[in-house]
This record gives sequence, C-alpha cells and structure tokens, in this order.
Amino acid sequence: MDLTLKIWRQKDSNTKGQMVDYKVTEISEHMSFLEMMDVMNEQLITKGEEPVAFDHDCREGICGMCSMYINGEAHGPDRGVTTCQLHMRMFKHGDTITIEPWRAAAFPVIKDLVVNRSAFDRIQHAGGYISVNTSGNTQDANSIPIQKQAADQAMDAATCIGCGACVATCKNSSAMLFVGAKVSQYALLPQGQVEAADRVKNMVAQMDLEGFGNCTNTGACEVECPKGISLDNIARMNRELMKASI
Amino acid sequence: MGGFFNSSIGRKVAMALSAFFLMFFLLQHLSINLLSVFSPELFNEVSHFMGTNPVVQFALQPVLIFAVVFHFVMGFILEVRNKKANGVAYVKNNGAANSSWFSRNMIWSGVTILAFILLHFIDFWFPEINTKFIQGDWSGTIEGVDGYRYYEELVHKFANPLRVGAYVLAFVFLGLHLAHGFTSAFQSVGGTAGRKKTLQFIGKAYSIVIPAGFVFVAVYHLFNH
Ligand code: HEM
Ligand code: SF4
Ligand code: FES
Repeated sequence: MDLTLKIWRQKDSNTKGQMVDYKVTEISEHMSFLEMMDVMNEQLITKGEEPVAFDHDCREGICGMCSMYINGEAHGPDRGVTTCQLHMRMFKHGDTITIEPWRAAAFPVIKDLVVNRSAFDRIQHAGGYISVNTSGNTQDANSIPIQKQAADQAMDAATCIGCGACVATCKNSSAMLFVGAKVSQYALLPQGQVEAADRVKNMVAQMDLEGFGNCTNTGACEVECPKGISLDNIARMNRELMKASI
Repeated sequence: MGGFFNSSIGRKVAMALSAFFLMFFLLQHLSINLLSVFSPELFNEVSHFMGTNPVVQFALQPVLIFAVVFHFVMGFILEVRNKKANGVAYVKNNGAANSSWFSRNMIWSGVTILAFILLHFIDFWFPEINTKFIQGDWSGTIEGVDGYRYYEELVHKFANPLRVGAYVLAFVFLGLHLAHGFTSAFQSVGGTAGRKKTLQFIGKAYSIVIPAGFVFVAVYHLFNH
C-alpha cells in the first residue's frame, strides 16, 4: 500500500519543530509500524534526506521504547499493543497517518519522535525498589506465603514497561498510572511493607517535582496502556499516600 | 499530614471532599424544593426553619460557602497546572477514543455551573442576606402575603421563562459534571469502589435524577401559575 505520513520533525531540543509530509510506497500489510518507518527512512536516505529519528529497541513489546502518537492515539489505534506490535493491516492504501512524539512538559523532545523519558527513571530512583540484596542469595519464592490474589495483582502492576503512553494520552500529562503501578507492585507484597510509607511519599513528591499533571480520572491511560494497567493502581497509590501521611 | 494537601494527590482528595459535601447539599436542597410542588405550607415551614435556624445559618452555611469557593478555585488551579504540564499541544488528538467528553471537560461544565451559582446568588441568596442581616428582618413574612413569604417568592422567580431556560441549561451541565464527577470522587479518595457496578449505577442515577428534579420544580412552577 501507499501512504501519506505527516511526521513531526525537530532538529534538536532547542529548535522549533514542524509537521512534514512524506509519501511512502510499497508497504506490506504484514509489516509492523516500525518496519514501515524503516522502509520510509530507507527511501529518505536514497533521496539524500535526513531519516526520521525514532526510539525502539526490543521490537517485541517489552522495552517500552517505541513511543509514537499515531493518528491521535498513543501507539496508534490498536489496543494492548506498543508501536512495534502495531501492524500495517490496521491501515489501508491511500491513508494519511499523523505521527507525533509524546507530548508532555516532563518529556521534552530530543529529536523528531524521540523524547527524554528520564523523569520516569528519577521517579523510580526515588523509591521504586526494596533495599534487600537480591543477587546471589535469592531465597525460595515460597518461603514467604503470599495470598494468590495479591500476588496476581502485584504481577499485573509489575507488567508496566514504563513506556509513557499513559502520560502521552492523559489530557493533564499525569504520570499517575505509571507511578500507581510502581507503587502497587510493592505495596501488595510483604517484601514491600518495610519501606512502603517512604516509597509512596518520595515517588509522588518526585512525580510532582518533574512537572507531571494531576489526575482527573478520565481513564484514558488505562485504555491506551499497552499492558492493561488498571486504574485501581491509582486508587491504591492514593490510599497508600493517605495512609503514609496521617 | 505534612505536605499532603500540597501534593498532586492531596489536591485531588481535597477536591473530592469538597465535592462530596456539595453532592450532599444538592440532595438536601432538592428535597426541600420538591416540597414546593407537593405542599406549599410544608415548603414554607421548612424554608423558614432552614433560613433561621442558627446551626444551619452559622455552622452549615459557612461550610457550604467554603466548599463551593474552595471547589471552583481548586478546579481552576488544577486546570492551570495541568495545562502547564501538557507542554506542546498535539496536532491530532483523538480524545474520544479513550475517554468521555464530560470527563475531559469538567472545567467547562464547572464554569457553566459557576455562572449559574452567580445568577442564583443574585436571585435568591443576596436578597435573603439583605433581608435578614442588613434589614434585620427574620420574620419570614412580607406585606400582602399570608403566612411565610418563601413560596410566593419562589413562584414569582419561576414565572420568567428566560430565567427558567437558563436554569434548565445549567442543570444539564450539572448532570454532565456529575456523570463523571460522582464516581471520580470515590476514585480520588482511593476507592476502587468507584469502578464497581453498583457505584457506577448510583452515580448515573444521581447525575440524572438530581438535575432532573431541580428542572422539574422550575418547569412545574412556570406552567402552573
Ligand atoms: C454544586 C456544584 C458542584 C458539584 C456538586 C460538583 C461536583 C464535582 C465532583 C463530584 C467532582 C469530582 C471530584 C473528583 O474527581 O475528585 C468535581 C470535579 C471538578 N469540578 Fe465540580 N462540582 C460543582 C461545581 C463546580 C464548579 C462551580 C466548578 C467551577 C469551575 C467546578 C469545577 C470542577 C473541576 C474542574 C473538576 C475536575 C477536577 C479534576 O479532577 O481535575 N465544579 N466536581
Ligand atoms: S502504566 Fe502502561 S502506559 Fe503507563 S508507562 Fe506503564 S505500561 Fe506504559
Ligand atoms: S520497541 Fe520495545 S516495546 Fe516497542
């Protein structure tokens, strides 16, 4: 299929960017969206033009790098997938596709579609860990009994890949789904209890410091999250913070 | 509590608490308004009680005023902060794909309600304050009307179709505000209950029945006198 792409081009973080139109031809419906981007970049290079910079790594939906806002939705129109898992069969011959970087004051554009998500790393550093040495002397997993439901919910929260789609989607650029997941994966387990109060306070404080917005509970993040992280994690984080503050 | 209410989550919790009070107030207010349809005498009695009882006047009323002012001021603060957090706007953003219109536009339904509250203050509340606190008349009566004046005043206000029209419009927006706000408030205070079917049902019912009730009272008096 042949497509028209409207892509955000921006030389570096200090330069103003703009949307630029490209034609791309001979795209197979079996390609992933990133493969389509590769084909387009090859066509650009052949013409002697600068290829479009975009983030990617695993190309199998686990690293969370492939941030792209496609036709007004994070990771495009499909549900439960990252951009690398989005297939071109979601589109048809002659379509125009708009591709933008994540937009949030806390995620500044580095180049074209690449944004700086290190704000997430700093939130993690503020408390997204347990201070036990887990290397080399790992205990048997069953030595501490854990309720099945809690274990399942913790695992679900832990599937968050830190992609930032929740922030990109949120009308307030709020990071609460991400932070809610990171707080919950420990709050639900006995190993996380010792540092629970400091963890939630410090992570929320860092989140606010980074300039992410407030939550209006629109639920858009949950819909667009490739890992189906539930809004319940935000409610749990709110409870944890209330508990820690009183 | 430390800096709790200065955190993003603390602000949301405060927003929800003020909203809970407002939702309770609306329920109470509507109950009294409905009396005007079924029994003008009872409506007068209850209105006089609410208008002169010291607990209502000097304890609950200040709390209400605080809750209203706090709620919309915080609404504006959140709106400004969230806009700032957005950075550059998307060229193409398909909000309808993942969220409801009213959840994304709480500020606009809120501003409409605020405009109505101002009108309502000019209509009912300022005259009440003037009568009671400036002229010092706590009798609840006026010349030419037998018994208490409240019912007469209500009927007089709702005789104007323009006022009733504005009133109806405002309550449509209140309904939209609450269609998202009711369950949202529970979510904000940490209740996953906000996602349970029963609560969603009560939220839907509340956001339809309460505004419809107020509209019914206004329209009833417009056409029945
Ligand atoms: C009697 C009138 C009102 C009632 C019953 C009411 C009720 C509510 C409820 C239940 C919420 C959800 C709270 C939460 O998610 O935690 C809410 C949120 C909100 N209200 Fe109101 N409200 C009223 C008036 C207003 C007014 C006058 C404004 C003026 C601007 C306003 C602006 C907002 C905004 C902006 C939000 C969303 C805040 C956010 O989560 O980002 N409301 N309201
Ligand atoms: S919560 Fe979902 S959308 Fe947000 S960073 Fe984690 S995986 Fe991505
Ligand atoms: S490239 Fe790793 S999730 Fe898409």
